[in-house]
Amino acid sequence: MAIKRSNEIIAMLLAGGEGKRLGLLTRKLAKPAVPFGGKYRIIDFTLSNCSNSGIFTVGVLTQYQPLALNSHIGIGIPWDFDRREGGVTMLPPFVKEQGGKWYRGTANAIYQNINFIEEYDPNYVLIISGDHIYKMDYSQMLEYHKEKGAEATIAVIEVPWEEANRFGIMNADEDGLIKEFQEKPKKPKNNLASMGIYIFDWKILRRYLRKDERNTRSSNDFGKDVIPLMLREGRKLYAYPFKGYWKDVGTIESLWEANMDLLKDNPPLDLYDKDFRIYTVNPNQPPHYLGSRARVICSMINEGCMVLGEVNHSILFPGVSVGEGSRIRDSVIMPGVKIGKNVFIDRAIVGEGTVIGDGTRIKDSREDAPEIILIRDKLEIPHNSYVTCTLESIKDLKGGKAVSSLAYRERA
Amino acid sequence: MKSMLNVMGVINVRNQKEVLEELTVKRCIASVPFGGRYRLIDFVLSSMVNSGIFNVGIFTLKKSRSLMDHLGTGKDWDLNRKKDGLFILPPEYTCSPEVFTGELQNLYYHLDYFNKSKQEYVLIAAGNMICNIDFHEAYKFHLEKGADITLLYRSKNIAGVEDFFRGRKVKLAEDGKVLDIEETPGEGDFEKGKTLLKCFIMKKSLFMEMIEYCVKEKRCSLVRDGIIGNLNRLKIYGYPYDGYLAVINSLPVYYKYSMELLKPEVWSDLFFRPGLIFTKVKDEPPTRYLRGSRVNNSLLANGCLIEGTVENSIIFRGVKVQKGAVIKDSIVMQKSHIEENSFLENAILDKDVLVTRDKEIKGNKEEPVVISKNMVV
Repeated sequence: MAIKRSNEIIAMLLAGGEGKRLGLLTRKLAKPAVPFGGKYRIIDFTLSNCSNSGIFTVGVLTQYQPLALNSHIGIGIPWDFDRREGGVTMLPPFVKEQGGKWYRGTANAIYQNINFIEEYDPNYVLIISGDHIYKMDYSQMLEYHKEKGAEATIAVIEVPWEEANRFGIMNADEDGLIKEFQEKPKKPKNNLASMGIYIFDWKILRRYLRKDERNTRSSNDFGKDVIPLMLREGRKLYAYPFKGYWKDVGTIESLWEANMDLLKDNPPLDLYDKDFRIYTVNPNQPPHYLGSRARVICSMINEGCMVLGEVNHSILFPGVSVGEGSRIRDSVIMPGVKIGKNVFIDRAIVGEGTVIGDGTRIKDSREDAPEIILIRDKLEIPHNSYVTCTLESIKDLKGGKAVSSLAYRERA
Repeated sequence: MKSMLNVMGVINVRNQKEVLEELTVKRCIASVPFGGRYRLIDFVLSSMVNSGIFNVGIFTLKKSRSLMDHLGTGKDWDLNRKKDGLFILPPEYTCSPEVFTGELQNLYYHLDYFNKSKQEYVLIAAGNMICNIDFHEAYKFHLEKGADITLLYRSKNIAGVEDFFRGRKVKLAEDGKVLDIEETPGEGDFEKGKTLLKCFIMKKSLFMEMIEYCVKEKRCSLVRDGIIGNLNRLKIYGYPYDGYLAVINSLPVYYKYSMELLKPEVWSDLFFRPGLIFTKVKDEPPTRYLRGSRVNNSLLANGCLIEGTVENSIIFRGVKVQKGAVIKDSIVMQKSHIEENSFLENAILDKDVLVTRDKEIKGNKEEPVVISKNMVV
């Protein structure tokens, strides 16, 4: 469904997250820019959701390492955001008369951009973040918001009961009116978790942003401060139930899992739906070539790859080559990685542009609880190396070996 | 970035009658799909752009809807420009097809385009060449020789090319000066091996003069009347292009050179060097190989779902191959769908073909079967 008036709703996309728990992957880029699914970056899902929902005015709030995001998004051509009116605007923190300030929390980031929103004077503002993998038509959520006569609507999803204590839990009545909000409750009253997707009436939001800003003890966060404040003051907040795939890819493990989800027999996230495409910058590479002795099963392979070996239950980004006799299993191989002959890779994420020498073996040797091995981008791994742990630098390879004791440990 | 800013590109889409049989019933040769995701014109057009040419005129004759849809504003080739860019130049409608003599008249009708363009030189090329040429080298050669015209030719007798490639033979002096050119392809007493491509560089003013002369004198061949007729008067040089080349002018040639792409050395040469080949972007996800897929020696574009067996074949974007289906030595174009347990061998499926379950489509190597667009088998 398309949203008609260009200034009915605008989206504010929070994309400044550092993604600390993604370790090596987010050294030089923000979490939303992390590559995903053989072709995309995480932020492509929310950007495409906006485009597919008919929202063509989007402010992208960046803060941490914005270079990759800036060049990826550009003027938004892949998402049809190159518009005469609206379109995509990158909104990094900026200097004001009283000096510059970083974005302190999610609400503060929006507060600092009140002027941007006022330019469009929208009826509604959609707040989303570029950290999640999901497909959602926001125009349906807006319909719901209007139907209920809500002042704010929060998208919620059912999570497993045993995990409910990790989320912000919404307790709503039968009609969806939110009565209570519990942030990471020890004893959750239900399992409807906030997805961090909000639609606000702009005038109400503006008032609460200002109010929250005046409170010096506030951490200026939507989930922690603004939503509880609105509830305390008896505002009409509704929960919008979302059914479908939704995944926070905040850790190496969950990023790997989300990739593997795409390889299931009936993937919970359908990338092949022509009516709801996920858009990204196209690499413009030729079709991939599978050699006469290649074996590819339960995998996704993008353009520009050349596979002469075996790829089993793995994802190959554009321009990856896999030499003869090599075996790739349960792994994610990022763009331009060159894998030599007779290489074995198991449960690993290999960073962009890394070259892996012939005969190398990459596998966590612990059979009981193997961790996902992360190989840093642009490394040159010599022939016949033996890697059983995350590899941050070529210096960690002692005598061609990198084993767990020398390992880079996740900076969690 | 190489500068060929002083050169404009002209791609002449010739008007041959259904040269690729079923594949050209509703499209011109330049927009015939090739190599999993491209159209024939992408190769010359990308070569021009990669060589630094940013003013390209595409002269179309008939059946240009699919070509125009493919090219759009030229954005995918970086040709949506304020200055110059892409120009699609269809023929004037007022002349009836009987009176219309084709290419030359169309060029004549659009002389204004040449007049308006600021470039001093023009590079003319045919739209059915599979190649990845650095035209800048040829342009440099043209300037260094102080030539009036530089003709690109093939110097090596590359296996297979001679059998199919019906170009004019050329005689050259040591320094590359053209001594003689065959009047009619294949009929002269010329040694094998040096064959002209439909590709040349000259001053725009000379090119326009030639067009005007040919049209006024009711001549119909730019090469015969414009170039060969002036061999003694003008300084004409030959520039050898020995990189990968195929000129697609018949269905067997189309099939043969499609299959050549399955040689890894051809793949890594043609598609990458000296530049990438651009085409219309489709936003397809990566191709997914499901349980039970078996794929060998094949080229697959994005957006496919493969559950069956594919051998020695070229699979375009968005194709579905279901369980138990077998595809051998075939070309399957965009969004075609092969249902369970069907069998294809030596077949060419145009776009959007549906092969229902348990069917068999079998041609032979010399004469592949062609299934037309939108057919249900």
